[in-house]
Amino acid sequence: MIDRRKFLKRAVLFIPAVGLFRRLASDAQAKTPVAGYDPSNHLYGMGIDIDKCIGCGRCVEACKTENNVPKEPFFFRTWVERYTIKKDDSVEVENIDPRLRRGEEKTSEADVLRSFFVPKLCNQCQNPPCVQVCPVGATFSTEDGVVLVDSNRCIGCRYCIQACPYGARYLNPETKTADKCTFCYHRVVKGLLPACVEVCPTQARVFGDLKSMASRLVRFKRMKRITVLKAHLNTEPKVVYGNLDGEVR
Amino acid sequence: MIAIIIALVITLRFVVLPSSLTDTRFHRESTVEREVAKKVAFAGATVCGTCHVDQMTKKSKGYHKTVSCETCHGAASSHIENPAQKPTAPRGREFCVFCHAYDQSRPTGFPQINPVVHNPLKPCTTCHNPHDPVPSQAPRECSACHAQIANIKSASPHALIGCTSCHTVPAQHKISPRSAVPTKPETREFCAKCHAQGAAQKDAPKIDFSSHGERFLCWDCHYPHLPERTVKR
Repeated sequence: MIDRRKFLKRAVLFIPAVGLFRRLASDAQAKTPVAGYDPSNHLYGMGIDIDKCIGCGRCVEACKTENNVPKEPFFFRTWVERYTIKKDDSVEVENIDPRLRRGEEKTSEADVLRSFFVPKLCNQCQNPPCVQVCPVGATFSTEDGVVLVDSNRCIGCRYCIQACPYGARYLNPETKTADKCTFCYHRVVKGLLPACVEVCPTQARVFGDLKSMASRLVRFKRMKRITVLKAHLNTEPKVVYGNLDGEVR
Repeated sequence: MIAIIIALVITLRFVVLPSSLTDTRFHRESTVEREVAKKVAFAGATVCGTCHVDQMTKKSKGYHKTVSCETCHGAASSHIENPAQKPTAPRGREFCVFCHAYDQSRPTGFPQINPVVHNPLKPCTTCHNPHDPVPSQAPRECSACHAQIANIKSASPHALIGCTSCHTVPAQHKISPRSAVPTKPETREFCAKCHAQGAAQKDAPKIDFSSHGERFLCWDCHYPHLPERTVKR
């Protein structure tokens, strides 16, 4: 049982402690993750050039290697879809697996009107539904425009996985927490490209800084016919697609 | 009683506890720290050139200049830390076909082969140097690359008309297909050379160019590689 003397002593300590916490909190915000890196100077985005993607799946494998994503073919931070639009106007979408695919086609070429690949990943929305729904505040947008998950805070309720309109999140079976693309945050703060962009043989993925006056991404956005996925949801994705077919959702 | 407890909890949480104690900035900062501390597996395209100068200069001039080293050799950060740990080098036929096997969804013009019939069982590297891949010999026929068009045309009324009758192909096109593109007919008068009334070509169907679709170009409706047959044959 606490006596009066102890209570008063602790109360006296409590008041400066409040100030200390406030100070620490603003320090925490001011701290830069890497020496010489200021997150407020950056806003990252990615452009995807549909005309260049060859569906080789190097990005998918590189992402798994870089980010320790489980190897099973249903956990992805990025994946590539094949869209096949047939002559009867029906659309077939499949997630390609380059390890299994060996050039054999499901649909005969005569029935196909057009076909192409669409790489997908977390759209790093400016207005992210996943952040809105997280009951414990474990997922948040960083100042440089990347949506991160605090794996210590995440309770694995899967609400964000349901809320994401792009299906970009999965529950990591090892940590039992939600996991998603981070634009390889640990790489970009060090000036490296995300792993998927690094290995893309045809440069179908363009990574860049939207705050920069002249980055490859800014040029991409200026020169291409730009679409975002599910624009009507007002999520304001920072992953933009160049020359995307209207059938893609 | 319950109301009192609830009121107490609420006052404790929102009045007594300072807001800075529950500040989100703490855990966000630690998340960013943990994220940044993650190990980098792919070293990046520029680092390799500091030691492997020859391969780098060779690659920078060839068709694979946009292909990063680690696309084929795999994540190589560990190789920088410990040079004895060699990255992989794909030598069989399995790896190249990830990109170069024929796939109808791939963009037109991307070099593709059918792995079943293309020099079976020979590793790709026997004929192609992966750091500077060129066709081992320049293709003689247009059909080597434009197989689909060639197949369609072979079954069409235009089967006997050579590609060069309508397209002028610069010599450079065989070496650098995308930077030197063949020409295409641009006017109705081009088709009229055979299809206008009174043209020399006897077996070509004739139409009156002054009244037949005068607002349009011929290939807006007719596909020149597979023009539809007229009723009279």
